[in-house]
Amino acid sequence: MLPMLKYELVQKNNWVTEDELLDYYAVGQCTPGIIAVNVATFVGFKRKGIPGAIFSTLGMISPSLIIVSILAMFLNQFLSNEWVAHAVGGIKLIVCALMLNTVVTMAKKSIKNAIGWIVCALAFLLAFFTPIPTVLIVVLAGAFGIIMYKAGKLKV
Amino acid sequence: MNVYLALFIEFFQIGLFAIGGGPATIPFLMDLPNRYDWYTVADVTNMLAVSESTPGPIGINMATYAGYNAAGFLGGLVATLSLVLPSLIVIVIVAKILDKFSKNMYVKSSFAMIRPAVTGLIAMAVYGIFRASLFTDANGNFHFPVLLFIACIGIYGLMNIKKLKKLHPAFWILCGAIVGIIFKL
Repeated sequence: MLPMLKYELVQKNNWVTEDELLDYYAVGQCTPGIIAVNVATFVGFKRKGIPGAIFSTLGMISPSLIIVSILAMFLNQFLSNEWVAHAVGGIKLIVCALMLNTVVTMAKKSIKNAIGWIVCALAFLLAFFTPIPTVLIVVLAGAFGIIMYKAGKLKV
Repeated sequence: MNVYLALFIEFFQIGLFAIGGGPATIPFLMDLPNRYDWYTVADVTNMLAVSESTPGPIGINMATYAGYNAAGFLGGLVATLSLVLPSLIVIVIVAKILDKFSKNMYVKSSFAMIRPAVTGLIAMAVYGIFRASLFTDANGNFHFPVLLFIACIGIYGLMNIKKLKKLHPAFWILCGAIVGIIFKL
């Protein structure tokens, strides 16, 4: 997504400098939500305030809304078709492999030390064996980070 | 509860707590079938296939699809808008104190532990996807198809070969569809 943002926002439209874009990208990663949307919202807000933020966000989600709705409509109708069912059978394998890829990429990016591995394993086990809501696990991890920092055990 | 109100509450929450970008929404989306009959865990596989192979951020595509399954086009619209609303609010607040925010030690230290936790949650969600799409037979019982499992790991290996790394997920999904039709999977 970053190369595309760079081309559209820096080179074509001159809305932000490349350094600004990288700053926004960094902030986009530490605000909740989808990173690419956060960057778009940020650029919109910097250019034209709240209306700019709203319109750039709407622009970012419109293609998904249109394309995915149309595909969902067709797929839901044709799922009972024998050929489509076989195709979906093959696609399942690919989706599993893609998801495996996602987890490995996330792990490489987000786990930097032994504490990180322990927190990752704990979150997995809590989600596996207990009915603790996902939101609570996220909040607990955040609180743990602050406690570790206060105790001087976490360098950030 | 009204389905649109339920979609708003759920997806606003996902938007607020999905920290780490699009994939961070997957654990939340895997949890929704436990509480609503909008779609099943098995449907998530189809949703991921569509979301990975269409343009646009995966998290947004997933929200649109989930909302569509719950309540048609309007459901997709409500889910997607609710997902991005927290970002919009947070960013408008944070923009003024941008430098302070991203260098704040509380933000930094909590995020340093949230990211690994989210990775663990995604690993759990991926296990759920494997269980629903590979380890469940036609009658809904657990089974372990050794050949398919090996094939899946093999595909993962192929995806990580240097020359193939840049290929768009849509290419792999198309290959999967063709193989599926040929072998009647």
